[in-house]
Amino acid sequence: MNAPPIIVIGNGIAGITAARHIRKKSNKPILIISKESTYFFSRTALMYIYMGHMKWEHTKPYENHFWKKNKLNLLKETVTEIDPKEKTISLSNESILSYDSLILATGSVPNKFGWPGENLKGVQGLYSKQDLESLESLSNTINHAVIVGGGLIGIELAEMLHARGKKVTFLVREESFWNNVLPKGASEMINLHILSQGIDLRLKTNLSEILENENGRAKAIRTDSGEIIECQFVGLTAGVRPNIDFIKNTTIASNRGVLVNKYLETSEPNIYAIGDCAEQQEPLENRRAIEAIWYTGRMMGETVAQTLTGEKTAYHPGHWFNSAKFFDIEYQTYGVVSAHPQEPEIHFHWEDLEKEIAITIAFHKDSNLFLGINTFGIRMRHEIFNQMLNNESTVFHVMEHLGDCNFDSEFFKSYEKEILSKFNQDYNKEIKLKKKSWTRIFNSKIAK
Amino acid sequence: MTETIQKLGLGIFLIGLTLFCALVFLGDYELSSKQFEKVISDKGIKSKLFIENINTTIIDKKFSGPFKFSSTIISALEISNASHKKNKEWNKVIWDKPHNFSYQIAKEAGSGPIKENKGLFWFLTFGLGIFGSLLYIIPNVITLGPPGIKNNGIYFNSTTNKGYLGWFVFIFLVAFYVLLYFFPDYIINWTYIVDPISQSLSGNLASQWFLYGFLYCTVMTVMAVRMYIKYRNNKYQILRTTSVLFFQIVFAFLIPEILVRFEKPWYDFKNAFPLDYDFFFSWNLNSLIESGGFGLFILVWGIVLTLVIVPVMVYFFGKRWYCSWVCGCGGLAETLGDPFRHLSNKSIGAWKFERWMVHGVLAFSLLMTGFTLYSYFSGSQAVLGIKTQAIQNIYGFLIGSIFAGVIGTGFYPIFGNRVWCRFGCPLAAYLGLVQRFKSRFRITTNGGQCISCGNCSTYCEMGIDVRAYAQKGQDIVRSSCVGCGVCSAVCPRGVLKLENGPLENRTFSPEFPLGNTLK
Repeated sequence: MNAPPIIVIGNGIAGITAARHIRKKSNKPILIISKESTYFFSRTALMYIYMGHMKWEHTKPYENHFWKKNKLNLLKETVTEIDPKEKTISLSNESILSYDSLILATGSVPNKFGWPGENLKGVQGLYSKQDLESLESLSNTINHAVIVGGGLIGIELAEMLHARGKKVTFLVREESFWNNVLPKGASEMINLHILSQGIDLRLKTNLSEILENENGRAKAIRTDSGEIIECQFVGLTAGVRPNIDFIKNTTIASNRGVLVNKYLETSEPNIYAIGDCAEQQEPLENRRAIEAIWYTGRMMGETVAQTLTGEKTAYHPGHWFNSAKFFDIEYQTYGVVSAHPQEPEIHFHWEDLEKEIAITIAFHKDSNLFLGINTFGIRMRHEIFNQMLNNESTVFHVMEHLGDCNFDSEFFKSYEKEILSKFNQDYNKEIKLKKKSWTRIFNSKIAK
Repeated sequence: MTETIQKLGLGIFLIGLTLFCALVFLGDYELSSKQFEKVISDKGIKSKLFIENINTTIIDKKFSGPFKFSSTIISALEISNASHKKNKEWNKVIWDKPHNFSYQIAKEAGSGPIKENKGLFWFLTFGLGIFGSLLYIIPNVITLGPPGIKNNGIYFNSTTNKGYLGWFVFIFLVAFYVLLYFFPDYIINWTYIVDPISQSLSGNLASQWFLYGFLYCTVMTVMAVRMYIKYRNNKYQILRTTSVLFFQIVFAFLIPEILVRFEKPWYDFKNAFPLDYDFFFSWNLNSLIESGGFGLFILVWGIVLTLVIVPVMVYFFGKRWYCSWVCGCGGLAETLGDPFRHLSNKSIGAWKFERWMVHGVLAFSLLMTGFTLYSYFSGSQAVLGIKTQAIQNIYGFLIGSIFAGVIGTGFYPIFGNRVWCRFGCPLAAYLGLVQRFKSRFRITTNGGQCISCGNCSTYCEMGIDVRAYAQKGQDIVRSSCVGCGVCSAVCPRGVLKLENGPLENRTFSPEFPLGNTLK
């Protein structure tokens, strides 16, 4: 009789990373179950299919033969029940499978907040492959779209529809785009950028209801100010929540997500939860309990793989980093830059609004300890900032080494002198730029 | 408004293109006995049989269009050659390739409005084509939106997504190359319209190769305008485009033609052996040696270019300095070919095929050159029982014409724009070996920032699965990378950067991408 496999529910970045890293260290049977697609694809690339930059096959990071070669069995099914006592799961085709260990990596679903009309035809979020297919099937009938919710998915959906020639109205509840994450200056720069693309950006505007036409499809929305905006499509992008509805009726403890300890263990033995669907019972300092981010999904996958191959390992991500692209403006962040800094965290901000370039550096008012950086329209090196954060460098050290940090393509205009001269002026310093050093750069790359 | 201008531009371009194609079928050909006597003496024709045959079938007869004219000459040629070969009258055999021979006669014999109005017909074909395409391209400044990566709709477009327009472009390009390489006597009219330009440069009438060179520069210039608009947010792309355009126009086109005017050998100073596969052929060596000091300089330069300059530059900058900044084949690929770059095959299977193929061609070219030099110095016609001439002919036909031309460019809309560079170019294989094992060049991956979206791999014209490296946090060191920089340009998260740095740890692969401490 075959030994029961490690079963991974969900074939997103978290589940697949876990499976791959278990396979690197062990020969245990592994079964990956997902109803979304047979093969792993990059969720972040869905937008590029709709925009015509790519086809579906390009979103798959591994060729189809990879899975068989690495004995990672794939099953396109829906899991309906989990029985931790019997160590089994049930599928919608009524078969029952035993597991050795179970990894829950079920991801997220778009939030809905009980808006009238939120389940009409032509109203959807954008998270899954099926969401994309639904949008594509509606696409020919869309002239005007309304997007509700000013986060990363919202702005991507706006870009997608805009790229296909749709008129887009973008409702943002806050008074400035993504201002719960971005400090004021940068957030306002992005507002202007969104407008300059030809998007009808409505700040401080909420959705009241979605109006229905005679065919049960959305025909307009009403905002909280009573304005009616005609549209054929409503994108709900007010965040996501863990996709755990089928786990709610099991004995596995959950809150908003599946509750896990620092080893990513759930309340039931041999069951782990990783990625978007996991909620840390004791979040690390400066970190949220649920982080629905590509990178954290990957890291939880790496971590649980160590545990399942005999080296029990706590989830302990390194310094925070993230990235996004707002239409044409690339954004990267390393370390912590608060949206609303409170002393002793203070911010140095430099921007060139015409070129739509900006950086914000957070540091400690008294010790001058470097805390983090946001960068817009300038690429920066991850390793260098990671090392500076490890070494507890001062902001002065960072400013001196801006040349090492820059990761823009060759021949691009460098703004280091301008940035530094504003810094010197703001803080009455005379810091001089150090020459870029390959030794420092490449040592930071191989340093662990 | 912009849409109307673009449609108008497309219309004008298509009119120019249609006229250009129509030229093949137009014109009259009538060879006078005086012209024929000149051909006989120029070519040193000794076959009475052939001369009599031409006198009865061609002289003072009017042929409409090139085809009958060509087939009549070629059949006369074949009949006389067969007879002379049978009688072993080797000195009477005309050894020229039939269509090249027919070309030389037809160039003299052509008449009609095109030959008489070269400038007008240049304007109606080249002129309308250039004007129309610029009218189509320049409004992109507005229609593409603000500067940035705008690949919208590439996979919805029939031309760029192997739709019927893509196949149409494919058939057109293949047909063009087949005519150019194998039926030059059908495209006499195309050479007529560029005669004035050729005469102003070299003093000679245009050959089909002059036509090709001029067309090449024209197409690259027009498509470079498109590159400047599309990548106006990216200085690397702008400088690179300017560089390939400069080297094509000045080094591959103007300088060689001007050299001819001063009775020097036609030579492209940037075209390095073994891409320049006939550099060591005896006719070239003889011609260089015969033209004195300057010829010797070219001989030494050609050798130093391949043995010293090329590898040293690859050590410092990667093979990109040649393949995507200087090379003519690369130049066409990066301008005309840019809209097709995503069609390259990214599979492991294609990579395996590529390695066998491109290194095989390199070995073939070196073997052929070895044979050639052995024959040159020893004076023997054959090596190990294999005729040197035969192996040169096979290489010239299979690699020089079919692979580099017909497949290399013709297949842009099907297999992407670097088919030749990736699978066939022996110089690229050589540079690739240096780049892989001894070069400061790599594409740096930015820590753990990759989101596996696949833009880099999709738009890699060389079919490198860039993402496979980036998502592991590993820098990309691949022999085939031509350093076009588009992976870095299309990356939405700032993960990729082409750079030259120390050799140590160049192929370092971390166990995990940056970000996790795994304490």
